Amino acid sequence: MKKRIFPWKDLLAIRGLHEDDITLILDTAESFKEISRRPIKKVPTLRGQTIINLFYEPSTRTRSSFEIAAKRLSADTINISASTSSVVKGETLLDTVKNLQAMAPDIIVIRHGCVGAPHLIAGQVDARVVNAGDGANEHPSQALLDLLTIREHKKVFAGLRVAIIGDIVHSRVARSNMHALSIFGAEVRVCSPPTMLPLNMNGFPGVKVCASPEEAIEGVDVIMMLRIQLERQDHTLFPSVNEYARRYGLNRSRVGLASNDVIIMHPGPMNRGVEISSEVADGKHSVILDQVENGVAVRMAVLYLLGDKSE
Amino acid sequence: MKRILLRGGRVIDPENKRDQKLDVLIANGTIAEIGQKLQLDESAGKVIQAEGLWVMPGAIDMHTHLREPGQEYKETILSGAQAAAAGGFTSIACMANTSPVNDCAAVTRFISEKSQLAPVNVFPIGAVTIGMQGKQMVEMAEMATAGAIAFSEDGKTVEDSNLYRHAMEYAGSLNRIIICHCQDNYLFADGVIHEGEISSTYGFPGIPSLAEEIDIARCILLAEFLELPIHIAHISTRGAVSLVARAKERGVKVTAEVTPHHFSLDHRAVADLYYRDEVEYAMKRQFSCFNPNTKMSPPLREPEDVIAIKEALAAGIIDVIASDHAPHEQTEKEVEYQYAPFGIVGLETTIPLTMNLVREGVLTPVKMVERLSVAPAKILGLSRKGSLEVGMDADVTIIDPEVQWVINKDNFRSKSSNTPFDGWRVQGKALTTIVGGEIIFAADGQV
Repeated sequence: MKKRIFPWKDLLAIRGLHEDDITLILDTAESFKEISRRPIKKVPTLRGQTIINLFYEPSTRTRSSFEIAAKRLSADTINISASTSSVVKGETLLDTVKNLQAMAPDIIVIRHGCVGAPHLIAGQVDARVVNAGDGANEHPSQALLDLLTIREHKKVFAGLRVAIIGDIVHSRVARSNMHALSIFGAEVRVCSPPTMLPLNMNGFPGVKVCASPEEAIEGVDVIMMLRIQLERQDHTLFPSVNEYARRYGLNRSRVGLASNDVIIMHPGPMNRGVEISSEVADGKHSVILDQVENGVAVRMAVLYLLGDKSE
Repeated sequence: MKRILLRGGRVIDPENKRDQKLDVLIANGTIAEIGQKLQLDESAGKVIQAEGLWVMPGAIDMHTHLREPGQEYKETILSGAQAAAAGGFTSIACMANTSPVNDCAAVTRFISEKSQLAPVNVFPIGAVTIGMQGKQMVEMAEMATAGAIAFSEDGKTVEDSNLYRHAMEYAGSLNRIIICHCQDNYLFADGVIHEGEISSTYGFPGIPSLAEEIDIARCILLAEFLELPIHIAHISTRGAVSLVARAKERGVKVTAEVTPHHFSLDHRAVADLYYRDEVEYAMKRQFSCFNPNTKMSPPLREPEDVIAIKEALAAGIIDVIASDHAPHEQTEKEVEYQYAPFGIVGLETTIPLTMNLVREGVLTPVKMVERLSVAPAKILGLSRKGSLEVGMDADVTIIDPEVQWVINKDNFRSKSSNTPFDGWRVQGKALTTIVGGEIIFAADGQV
């Protein structure tokens, strides 16, 4: 079989990727899953390559997932977080990145609070750039691990009904997933308080906006709950955590409206008892820990496909 | 003082209902004579052959930011005035948000004195409140005496409606107009681009049209209640156009301006994320990055807003085209889009972009001169400008309407080059700029 090549220099977004690009990543990830189950969880694929995790926002799950993925491929990794870097001394992002580039990294994984920060650096460095979340724009590796998890449970995407519920407007997870699921022909429904819904959904053709979580969940195969950013409380987006939990939180009775074999997902970190009740998060429909496991495999696949450019 | 004869140009002078081929004689810094076949002995002055060129009363930019005092690395009064001259402007009015703010007579005098060396007329606009803090009115009478031609809190609004009312009343007693930058700070919040399809798609914090419109409505109501004139800076939305149109219909003394970027671009320019050449598909970059030179306040709006603004310019609902020239150093713009400062330079691109509207049929040449010269002169009370009548100040802009050229930011006279129009093919430019009877700019270098 002819070796398939990921055609882009960087992974900046789901939007703009082709179906084949995504399928390539998912297939590669699937083949990598087995490595993490070996007693010696390491292959030499990226030996000698240097990967920098440049995180301008706090992250536990995504950063450790990228780091583990890199190490299982034998790459050398370093982690830079904004609080320990020259950012606090006032250096610009471009200067930081040009300095890093001078040390010849092969891949830079960046998380940043601003939309387009990975795009900005991708144009300035030879290193491949992986977007690990830029503002409220995209979080492509999250959508890819979500797709892998869905594919494992549901086999096909076409015709699949998916409800995404929560703070859509501030969610890069929602944006990447809306694009990804649409590319594969899934039926996407979203529901959020009107204060957390984007003003204009024309950029997400085919996505249906539902007025209530009940309407969104009715008969769906997949429910994705989004994290409510409690630190945004000063933004007057909803009256109280309690009211949000009652009106939009996922509980057992709402799960009962979905199809019998619904899977329940959450990108983490969860606010238990707010957007999702503990009994649902830990219940039989939950695939939340599968997502975390698949996160490592998907990130191994992304690093591998970007890092290995031999014909 | 030297005499200048402008021979055979198309004189476009709406105040005197002229749009015909005429000679213009300038002497002693004023318009001396207009007519056919005027003569000037070569020893007595300079003859400029103006056949095929447009001769208009000098363009007046009533909305610029010159950054001096305080941020001279972005622009000085001199460099801004040189950019204005090269762009065909004979007068500019500079906003108060310098450092320190132009909020007292000492700062106004500083700007006025610095302006003595500037090639164009520079008219300082004073802040409305001390430090632009929205708490206490500036000493308007002192500042008017020192040269403040108008008052504006441009860059922000005056939230306290009672204070705003009193400022309008007080300015009115000095025959000074308040120029309203309209923006509700709570609705604006941490927005960076227009709230609409682009902000929603890419997750940018949005600035709703409502943030601008709600404050325009408030300012119009204040002006209506007080029966005083106000000028609305840089309107950008269809709703804003409608508010101004309805106010004018019922006799409110409101005028409005628009910038060239708001009639030349819409918010899609922010996300100019295009796919590269298919041949180069493999191994290439997926996207280009968001261009911070599309970030300004008010933001680039929707295509429908651009249509409404062009219609309003044609109908005279919008009175003025102003640059909102806002210089920023390149490194300040080479940052994350959300961190980049608002604003772009405009003095050297306003006339060619306005000429686009003439070619599109939105504006006639006469209306273009009204928007660029006649109306700003009237609004600012510059009674000796905006007209080529005999006896008026000899401020003249000569335009070549045919010349085709490419905007190149590296050639700007401005100290800054933050423009989204770099590389644009345009037609028409200022060839010669005359201020007070002196040629202060000539595209061929023969000053």
